[in-house]
Amino acid sequence: MPTSFTLNGKPAVLDADPSMPLLWALREVAGLPGTKFGCGMAMCGACTVHLDGQAIRSCVMALSQVAGREVITIEGLQSKQAKAVQAAWIELQVPQCGYCQSGQVMSATALLEKNSAPTDADIDAAMSGNICRCATYSRIRAAIHTAAQSIKA
Amino acid sequence: MKTHTASLASTRRDFLKSAGSASVMALTIGFEWAVSSRRAAGMAAAPASGALFSPNAFLRIGSDNSVTVIAKHVEMGQGAYTGIATVVAEELDADWANVRVESAPADAKRYANLVFGTLQGTGGSSAMANSWTQLREAGAKARAMLLAAAAKDWHVPAAELTVDKGVVHHVISKRQATYGSLVKTAATLTVPDSITLKDPKDFTLIGRKPPRVDVAAKTDGTAQFTLDVVFPGMLVALLKRPPLFGATVKSFDASAAGAVPGVVKVVQVPRGIAVIAKSFWAAKQGRDALQIEWDESQAEKRSSAALMDEYRQLAERPALPARKEGDAAKAIRDAAHKVSASYEFPYLAHAPMEPLDAVVKLGAGSCEIWAGDQFQTIDQANAARAAGLEPQQVSIHTLYAGGSFGRRANFGSDYIVEAVSIAKAFGADGTPIKLQWTREDDIHGGLYRPMYFHKLEAGLNQQGQLTGWRHVIVGQSIMAGGMFAAMIKDGIDPTSVEGAANIAYDIPNIAVDLSTAKTGVPVLWWRVVGSSHTVFAVEAFIDEVAHAAGADAFTFRRKLLEHHPRLKAVLELAADKAGWSSGPMAAGKGRGIAVAEAFNTYVAQVAEVSVGEGGSIKVDRVVCAVDCGIAINPDIIAAQMEGGIGFGLGAVRYGAITLKDGRIEQGNFNNYRVLRMNEMPKVEVHIMPSNEAPTGVGEPGVAPIGPAVANAVFAATGKRVRVLPFPDGARA
Repeated sequence: MPTSFTLNGKPAVLDADPSMPLLWALREVAGLPGTKFGCGMAMCGACTVHLDGQAIRSCVMALSQVAGREVITIEGLQSKQAKAVQAAWIELQVPQCGYCQSGQVMSATALLEKNSAPTDADIDAAMSGNICRCATYSRIRAAIHTAAQSIKA
Repeated sequence: MKTHTASLASTRRDFLKSAGSASVMALTIGFEWAVSSRRAAGMAAAPASGALFSPNAFLRIGSDNSVTVIAKHVEMGQGAYTGIATVVAEELDADWANVRVESAPADAKRYANLVFGTLQGTGGSSAMANSWTQLREAGAKARAMLLAAAAKDWHVPAAELTVDKGVVHHVISKRQATYGSLVKTAATLTVPDSITLKDPKDFTLIGRKPPRVDVAAKTDGTAQFTLDVVFPGMLVALLKRPPLFGATVKSFDASAAGAVPGVVKVVQVPRGIAVIAKSFWAAKQGRDALQIEWDESQAEKRSSAALMDEYRQLAERPALPARKEGDAAKAIRDAAHKVSASYEFPYLAHAPMEPLDAVVKLGAGSCEIWAGDQFQTIDQANAARAAGLEPQQVSIHTLYAGGSFGRRANFGSDYIVEAVSIAKAFGADGTPIKLQWTREDDIHGGLYRPMYFHKLEAGLNQQGQLTGWRHVIVGQSIMAGGMFAAMIKDGIDPTSVEGAANIAYDIPNIAVDLSTAKTGVPVLWWRVVGSSHTVFAVEAFIDEVAHAAGADAFTFRRKLLEHHPRLKAVLELAADKAGWSSGPMAAGKGRGIAVAEAFNTYVAQVAEVSVGEGGSIKVDRVVCAVDCGIAINPDIIAAQMEGGIGFGLGAVRYGAITLKDGRIEQGNFNNYRVLRMNEMPKVEVHIMPSNEAPTGVGEPGVAPIGPAVANAVFAATGKRVRVLPFPDGARA
């Protein structure tokens, strides 16, 4: 049964098992591989996408749950906050293995879209669901502050 | 800057683009590679051209000025691609903006890790150390040939030429030419036998911070991992493995699995039952529906608590000497003060963010593999055996690895062999099949950092001087039974005792003994290998000894390192930058120090902790000093120290794989906890200036953090942490 929703700003109809997690529908049906599989139980954040502007874990969200809603993946990031986050990620050379970074960028962008000047505590609250086994956390934190500054400037 | 996406698609695009233009004329240092790679990737061979030339296998320069560096090491986060490219580009005087990196095929003749000998692989923090001279020469010889080409074209002496960012200048005649415009002539010239390398004072990239070649693609989601490999008609396989190590399939019923829409086939392979489907989700549902009866008669059924009991008993029995100087037993017996302690270390999973995965295309007489491959020629040989082919019939495309920490380098090539055996059981008909592990597969999958028990005793004389040191280590051997078993000499696996047998402290009587235990739990190296436990034991215990001697933890260590100037220097640097001399911290806070040598790199760390309500520990700040020889890229060195600290800190606080009657009790990040953002301390990294050859940075930063934090906890609370992980993860 096809599921209709807005994907990266465009109407999308995915013909897949409605119980399939959004993660796999995005990756294997929509052909958007930027969103990663890390745990399958919303414990690591590698699969983070935006659903109606909220950062959510696509590995535990059934495709049917996004019907009629708006999904943005790393491939569809357009906001000034997203661009600032990605620029800061490059400036501070955040990624190591890079596998978790799509999810980190998605969570950081969602944070800045709601809170233009996050404190360290805000960053902890927004980002602690995103695991980075390379432990790039210090640079993620610094890059979020850098991105916030650049948007303000 | 061009970024490397190790993707078939982009390789094909680039190739087609170049094939469609005049830029096929290229100075190919490593032409053989270019041909075999394209052929291996199922593409047309490059057009043969007499102008192509192959003095070495690490570099290709295109007429479009592109500089392609061929990396024999996997990029798994440690920065190897950037480091490798930096060294080549430095000697070549290339424009960094034109440098890109491609992964090398499996070929021990050209791409062996010179530290490993004749094997191609990445590990032991050796990528830069073993490549340093090799790649400098590769870059310098290419530069000399390009200069010679300009000299020939312009009829001027090469000595009058200079190079700036890939452009050759003849100042006298005001002529200039890009490298790309010179490749046609350069390709006709002879490769110089010997070459003069740059004086380090002339380095313009090494020691600076050229941006990583992989960061842009890892920021916008375009970096390609094995997870992202897609081929038309590709199937996805999930494998159901035994619930106990050593169990085997007795019987299985695939009817329910086979009825799941999208499931194509269910096959038995040596390691279990595989469900092959059109999508991950179908394969997962199919695997969940499998009915399997296991034969557990030969399986390991003990609990880790029982194993540790056995280890404790083994520590009291005679063991094999790993180091013996003087008479430690007598020195301790005769000592004015005696100190003793034991330390316990759990099994640890590597848990890289990208669960293990491999794509295999197995046909008649050929096998192609795509993976974040860390052990190319070993994996090639094991894949060939599993496929019933010769190694040269197996080609490996090494992609970015989403972390590894040692996991992807294993003797049996477990995940690769599984994928090949599944493709074989499927029919070896050329259908591309992706084997995907889940996180639970990863946590249950074995090849853990071994569990260890350490018992230490020391003796101090009346003056508080350390006179005797006895260290007994009990645990499984990583090397036993594997292809490196020959490294075990007189019963001592060097990976069990490194960091302990080579203890640098100046002690007159030392005995380090090893008792090697056997269990059915498969084990493997884990980031920083032996030093992941030995350094904790040594550095926590020396702290206890210093305390017993009434000495300061820093000055006690420093006095014992007079004969180890590089270790002593990093110890002093870390202590200085951390403000150690300012004395004890305020109540509820504490500072701890630890120092380590691992893979010829010297690291010292000072950790500051504060104790909150209920004894909860927060690590506030870590000051790290590192001496890794010449700093090729200080920013990557800093990143590896930061990451190593976070990785090691997560492990000592939370990391434990435990067995209950043989079954692994953890399954995912909910109960195999790792460090998260809110637990990451502030980290400062100070790099010791050096003219020594570069050593590695991927692992050594992991070693001192555990004991530095444990020692800080003692300073803050008076309580020693001797059993890892920390009680309740965060309390003292």
